Amino acid sequence: MTDTLHKHIADSGQFLSQLASRITYLIDIIGDGSWFDLEKLLEEVQQVRNAIFDLPEKELFKRMLMLEDRISILEDRAAREITPARMVNIVRSVQRFTLQDILENVYDSFTELGGEEDCNIDPAIVVARATISRRVKKRIHKHQVMVIGHEKGMGEEYRNGGCAKPWGNDKALRYMKVAETEGIPIHFLIFTPGSYPIEDFPGAAQQIARNIYAMCKLEVPTVSFISEGGSGGAEAIGLADFRLMASHGYYSVISPEGAAAIEGKIREGGKVPRELVEKCARQLKMTARDNLGLGTIDRIVHEPPLGARKDDYDFFRRLRFEMIRATDEVVLRTKSFRTFRAYALKKQIAKDYGSSDTFDVHIPWRLSEKETERLLENRSRKYRSMGQGYTELKKESLIDLHKLRDKTRETITRTYYEIKYGLLKPHKKNVQKVLEEVTGEGAAFLAKITEPVKAAVDFLSGPDGEQRLLSDENQHTSIFSREWEQYVSPLANEDRTVTCPNAAKYGCMDLWVPDLYGEFCGVCPTCGHHFPLEYQWYLQNLFDRGSVKEFNRHIVSGNPLKFEGLDARLNRDMQRTGRRSGIITFKASVLGVKIVVAMLYSNFRSGTVGSAEGEKFLRACDLARTRRRPFLAYIHTTGGIRIQEGTLGVIQMPRCTMAVREYVDSGGLYIVVYDNNSYAGPVASFLGCSPYQVGIRSSRIGFAGPRVIRETTGQDVPPDYHSARNALRRGHIQGIWDRRDFRKNLHDALMTMGGPNLYYK
Amino acid sequence: MDINLNDLLRHYRSNPYEEHEIRAPHTGVVKFRAEEGQQTFGPSGKWLHKPGTLLFLLERENNPKRITASFNGEVAGIRHELEGCFVEAGTLLLTIRHRLSKEEIIDRILTEVLSIFPAPQRARYYLPPETASQMDKKAEPSIFLKPGDDAIIMSLMKRDTMLKYEGTPGIIYKVYFHSGDMVERDAPLLGICPPDNLKYVQKVIQRIKNEWEE
Repeated sequence: MTDTLHKHIADSGQFLSQLASRITYLIDIIGDGSWFDLEKLLEEVQQVRNAIFDLPEKELFKRMLMLEDRISILEDRAAREITPARMVNIVRSVQRFTLQDILENVYDSFTELGGEEDCNIDPAIVVARATISRRVKKRIHKHQVMVIGHEKGMGEEYRNGGCAKPWGNDKALRYMKVAETEGIPIHFLIFTPGSYPIEDFPGAAQQIARNIYAMCKLEVPTVSFISEGGSGGAEAIGLADFRLMASHGYYSVISPEGAAAIEGKIREGGKVPRELVEKCARQLKMTARDNLGLGTIDRIVHEPPLGARKDDYDFFRRLRFEMIRATDEVVLRTKSFRTFRAYALKKQIAKDYGSSDTFDVHIPWRLSEKETERLLENRSRKYRSMGQGYTELKKESLIDLHKLRDKTRETITRTYYEIKYGLLKPHKKNVQKVLEEVTGEGAAFLAKITEPVKAAVDFLSGPDGEQRLLSDENQHTSIFSREWEQYVSPLANEDRTVTCPNAAKYGCMDLWVPDLYGEFCGVCPTCGHHFPLEYQWYLQNLFDRGSVKEFNRHIVSGNPLKFEGLDARLNRDMQRTGRRSGIITFKASVLGVKIVVAMLYSNFRSGTVGSAEGEKFLRACDLARTRRRPFLAYIHTTGGIRIQEGTLGVIQMPRCTMAVREYVDSGGLYIVVYDNNSYAGPVASFLGCSPYQVGIRSSRIGFAGPRVIRETTGQDVPPDYHSARNALRRGHIQGIWDRRDFRKNLHDALMTMGGPNLYYK
Repeated sequence: MDINLNDLLRHYRSNPYEEHEIRAPHTGVVKFRAEEGQQTFGPSGKWLHKPGTLLFLLERENNPKRITASFNGEVAGIRHELEGCFVEAGTLLLTIRHRLSKEEIIDRILTEVLSIFPAPQRARYYLPPETASQMDKKAEPSIFLKPGDDAIIMSLMKRDTMLKYEGTPGIIYKVYFHSGDMVERDAPLLGICPPDNLKYVQKVIQRIKNEWEE
């Protein structure tokens, strides 16, 4: 009798603890304890809990049931009134499931790799070899997978809340390669508010860029699941063949607080108004439903009405089903014969999740060589087309016309260059090679016979590319383009002097502005400090006179998410600059070498990258590939991804990196030159992945600016933290160029670097 | 002993300030931004990257330059008659009176009474192991150095060189570096006090510590 009573009391105690935990969770979600007197309700539960031995049993049960009713009503109400900002709170709640819960409940068994808990190179990134099983009728099939994800740790300080450090992302990359070697699929589980913004080697931005670059062509099926997808941190392990997202998760370009601080121009350390945070959360379109609508994810994994928690075993079963199903779909798309299995899988989707433990078919996840090729093609197609429908063209009526024109031109150009450089040039090279061999062997005797033949070949196909370039160089040896004197920076039109920022250190003289921005090219003659110059200066002085031919001007920056106030800002920038996007793409030549250039410049939304900029960059990259020309990304300034475009901006990171990877793999030459300030998303993807990155002197390169670093890490950074010298020291860039030597150095690089498929090689 | 303790203290008591004259670094029109008696602060921040208090603007060729304080102190003697006027380079514009702290006064007195052994070049320096262990054992300064004694180990390019002491014989009173530190050329390494003066110097320091009010 006493035992039963104690058991009842123990059960009641547990029940009351659960009630308290439900109320705490509600307070977490709403972010306000005064909402329907939640704090008082919590006190009430605590009182009952304290009086558990004093109250008569009937009274105790009655009060417990009343409390539960009240909590259930409030939970229903909270679930009905859920907002994007509240979803962010759900994701950040300590009661939400973490990667560890998934490893334990979704996978049968797992072995953690690269360290455990705090004995780890980066405890925020967890890698595990795991087994996941499916039941087909009465048979259990086991699959080996590599699981890579963020562990928020909920209460474990050393996890940094799932913010991966650069070496954590490096660890992730290392094990992606292991999975590739072993031919097993990878499951990426994303639980990060963002990457830890430090520049120490291998560098936050550069490592993310390396990861994305590698993931573009990982030769195994990959599936990602996003619970908390914080911008670049998420992308570091987010480029997958299939992207799942938790229904109560968020995937965003920036945290709503960060966006609110920017939008509200809040000073460092200032309080961001809650209303503004909520407004930004709404406008950023960060929820699963928004992202599915935008096409940045493939499917939503449904959670209970207030989000899944650590003990939500139904959800884990559902997630296991979804992870297997997603991997199946990726694998099936690579098969030449898949109709029946695809049908069976499709049919299964319509089934109730309650029976999700069983599958109708078993699909092995190992791919053949041909299937791997298809996998990579599918991945390329997927990312290249992602968010494409949101790019605005200049005039609505011209859309079809442009499409038709572009398509026709593309086909003709590709055919022409394939014939010219794909068929004729190798043939010519082979003939020359044979002749050279024979010439060498036969010495003077054979030379008399072969020389006329070689001369005939040269006559028919024109002079050799390199020779032609060298002859051009001989004709014009100036470091500036011809007639450079015609362009004078408008900055020089002031009669005043300026002080070099290094004057105290090096004793630099004050500089007369017309001298500085005219003859000195914006460079202090004493210490070499580079004063910023407008992008037009480079257009005029870097490239051969008259060679700049802009293309894709009809692609226009827009406001795809209808972000409040962006239209006005875009219009203002368009009027001010006379341009329609933050990037200029053009064909040009440098000392006779024809190149394709993408230039992000500061005057248009601080050189931020949105859908239009991404599309133009991607097309420029493809043009360089088709025409076998070197591709230069000159970054006058970039402030990162345009936050007002939400995840449509973020996906430009994998999209453009995919184009870059395919260009580099095709044997091209991709050079990135940073000037002034280059930060965030673009550096952490399609710029940072280049094997040849150079900084113009006095430029700053990094992942996050000093303010973000201070606010995230709580540590101050030295004033020269992001300087080009430090970037070079850390290995983020491969050289520092003087602006006055830019043209010459670029030409040298074009002649000496790059793959074999350049038109002049 | 030629140091007069009372004279020294009287000297610092009567004028516990160090005055820094702020002059125009170059020609230009001056516009004062500081006020008489205003507290000034020198550069701050971990890397001294935050400039000190703005003292005045000096404009030459439409280039207004902000001249900021390099010291903590108090603004005195602003030459208001020069407000808005063109001044030559080197013109005295104001003075910053920096009140010396207890430590600064002790340092000054020690510099006067100790014989300093400077670093001959930029290198890492170590105390010889015997010296270091003796110092650890005894709280009071007791290690006697005479010319020709091994004083310090200089480590440069992985080569250790024992430096011999040359100077007035005396006791090591102060070590200005931590063992293994990279020390710039001519920076003080050791402060040597003749044994006769030791008690006297200690008395001076003790008295400053006890009596000096900040």
